[in-house]
Amino acid sequence: MLSKVAERVYWAARYLERIESTARLLTIYDQLLFDMPKQINLGWYNLIVINSLEEDFSERYSVQDERNVVKFLLGDATNPGSVFSSLKAIRENIRTTRDVIPGDTWELVNELSQYVQENLTQGINRSNRHEFLDYIIRSCQQIIGLWQVSMPRDVAWEMLQLGQNLERADMTTRNLDAAVAAIMQLQDDEFAVNSHQIIWGNVLRSVNADQPYRRAMRQSVKDKPVIKFLVSDTQFPRSIAFCLQEMKDAAKALPRSEKIIADVEALNKSVLAVTKNIEVGQAFRDELNELQIAVQHLHFQISTTWFLTDHKQFAVAQ
Amino acid sequence: MAIDWKKYELSEGFYDELISSPGNARTPARQLANYLGGLSDDEIQSRNIAAESTIKDMGVSFTVYSEGENIDRAWPFDIIPRIISSAQWEKTSAGLRQRLKALNMFIDDLYHEQNVIKDGIVPEFVLKQSPNYRPECVGVNPRFGVWAHICGTDIVRDGDGQFYVLEDNLRVPSGVSYMLENRSIMKRVLPEIFEKVSIAPVGDYPEALFNMLASLSPRESDSPVIVVLTPGIYNSAYFEHAFLAQRMGAELVEGSDLLVGDDECVYMKTIAGLERVDVIYRRIDDMFLDPEVFNPESQLGVPGLMRAWRKGNVALANAPGAGVADDKVVYAYVPAIIRYYLNEEPLIPNVETFLCYDDEQREYVLNNLDKLVVKPANESGGYGMLVGPHSTKKEREAFAELIKADPRNYIAQPTLALSTAPTLVGRNKAEPRHLDLRPFILQAKDSYVTTGGLTRVAMKKGSLVVNSSQGGGSKDTWIVDTTAGKS
Repeated sequence: MLSKVAERVYWAARYLERIESTARLLTIYDQLLFDMPKQINLGWYNLIVINSLEEDFSERYSVQDERNVVKFLLGDATNPGSVFSSLKAIRENIRTTRDVIPGDTWELVNELSQYVQENLTQGINRSNRHEFLDYIIRSCQQIIGLWQVSMPRDVAWEMLQLGQNLERADMTTRNLDAAVAAIMQLQDDEFAVNSHQIIWGNVLRSVNADQPYRRAMRQSVKDKPVIKFLVSDTQFPRSIAFCLQEMKDAAKALPRSEKIIADVEALNKSVLAVTKNIEVGQAFRDELNELQIAVQHLHFQISTTWFLTDHKQFAVAQ
Repeated sequence: MAIDWKKYELSEGFYDELISSPGNARTPARQLANYLGGLSDDEIQSRNIAAESTIKDMGVSFTVYSEGENIDRAWPFDIIPRIISSAQWEKTSAGLRQRLKALNMFIDDLYHEQNVIKDGIVPEFVLKQSPNYRPECVGVNPRFGVWAHICGTDIVRDGDGQFYVLEDNLRVPSGVSYMLENRSIMKRVLPEIFEKVSIAPVGDYPEALFNMLASLSPRESDSPVIVVLTPGIYNSAYFEHAFLAQRMGAELVEGSDLLVGDDECVYMKTIAGLERVDVIYRRIDDMFLDPEVFNPESQLGVPGLMRAWRKGNVALANAPGAGVADDKVVYAYVPAIIRYYLNEEPLIPNVETFLCYDDEQREYVLNNLDKLVVKPANESGGYGMLVGPHSTKKEREAFAELIKADPRNYIAQPTLALSTAPTLVGRNKAEPRHLDLRPFILQAKDSYVTTGGLTRVAMKKGSLVVNSSQGGGSKDTWIVDTTAGKS
């Protein structure tokens, strides 16, 4: 497969996952508002911080309020990670790879783009936001389902797996970071009764993990077991460890993957190390940040191995 | 009420492809006319809707690039086909092969001995001043001596019912995918008629193209690596590039997917490493092919590509420099070129052409601007033209100045009475609309002509502009064998 085609497929999967994750992240915060005591002022701006978008955001808005944050994450064309921008990027990637991805993907992506454009205000205003986000999440799942049942397990498939799982692992670190940031903010607040439980409960629900968590951990919802579950569970599809395993399997099916496999294994070790000593606080947030950097490094490795436009260093394929 | 052929208003002085006089269809079109005449309004309407939704489902589109955005427009299509008898087509396609064969000998001669100039057939300055002549190609020997492997020749029928060649597109002619898609649409829209009429199939083009390209491979192999080189998604013909690559099972690549190695071979970048490329069907212009040789700013091309091609390590179709014959001044000499190289009379005539560099002819052109069509010699796509009968005095004066300033760059032709064919208007009415035809000719060791070609039709009443970007549409083109009727 052409490197460029592989790269486009990989990015199509990443953007799709990013859209779903962004929608889920907003759902977490949205739902938290219902459960928190009225006196508590939850910082929506946290969502900008955990996505490392402070700079882009400040160029666009001066007020760091709910409306602006939500607008920026959903519909802002200047934010490359917004749902709007991601959909545009997916369309460009799918358009140029239609021969290796099931044809219906194109139509489904077009439908979703249209929906988002036509209903954006619904997502920005709180009253219908849930419905809007829910539609986005379900559309993403429909596309992933289509791939699951109709794609041959060829190079395109493995590239989709790589993109999807890398983005997913990245977003799980950001979800964790969002939760910890919220907890730290509420720590000293006398009204924040049971805030930990409320926050983690929402995080778990937003990734459909509440039942699996209970079955796997057999514990009530508390900082350490939730974090441990989302980081290192080997069966839950959104845990970081699981995503890494998927990436390793995908890499094994691809040529010249020795370095990637070694990198994934190394990253897995540091992920497991994180779970040894969990203490909610700044130190843990720093560790999550380190993980994000490592995931980025993995992307860089994938790009160098399979996509890099300067192939001078490559040997001639046999 | 259905379509009533008795009320079909033929335009005086124009040849109609289907109807000879009100109520009377030409022999190859008779069954179609009867069939359409027997459909109710609702049936016609539902066929039309079926065509539109088929186009949407199949994703047939052409791209209009404006204001920084890509707009995909649905392909405009008329459900009444254009019909040509197989006896006529046999003659026409022989003429098209003859023409391309002679043009290829001409191009090969220009890049070698230039006997055609030495023998006084074509004046030297035509070559000297041709912007499409590439000194970088001198002395190169493409396989079979063929430079223009794929040619789209525009032909029209004048008022006398005779086909004339309007122009030869030897650079990167497009439209063949629409010819193929038009047929698939037609089969879904009017399936019944295919049982009744003996319509020659068109679907073998991708196979013929593949075989032709494969025969150019510099390496002896059963499975040469063929790629289609596209300028990318913003090109208006991107749909076609992707379509042909898919149909041939070739890779669709952009310049940045290729590189030229130290061994002067071309490689494509795959996830498994570099893979050698044998044949490039390039859909980008000469000037963007190789920044080392041509436009140094080009992001579309591949540095070193010309070196690899000159060494014979990769085949390029069409070969660089083939566009030298795609010049409207050269066009005027094609009949002479055919006689010179093949010692044959041209089977399809040219449209009468006046060359402005000739004093006498220029004088005639300047005195008759209101009756003539003036064209720049090296533009394509209908740009920079003056259509005399539809022009203002001011436009004619401006053109007179242009011609005087650069006579080599202008030719003039009489305004043609472009033939018409019935086109569906509203719910149940057929009206004549002007059209042309672009068959595609392939040449390597042997040559091939598409069965028919792409019929483009000006959808607006009285309009002669068939370009899809300017309100043109298209029709399926049927080559019908009237002797082998189906029962």
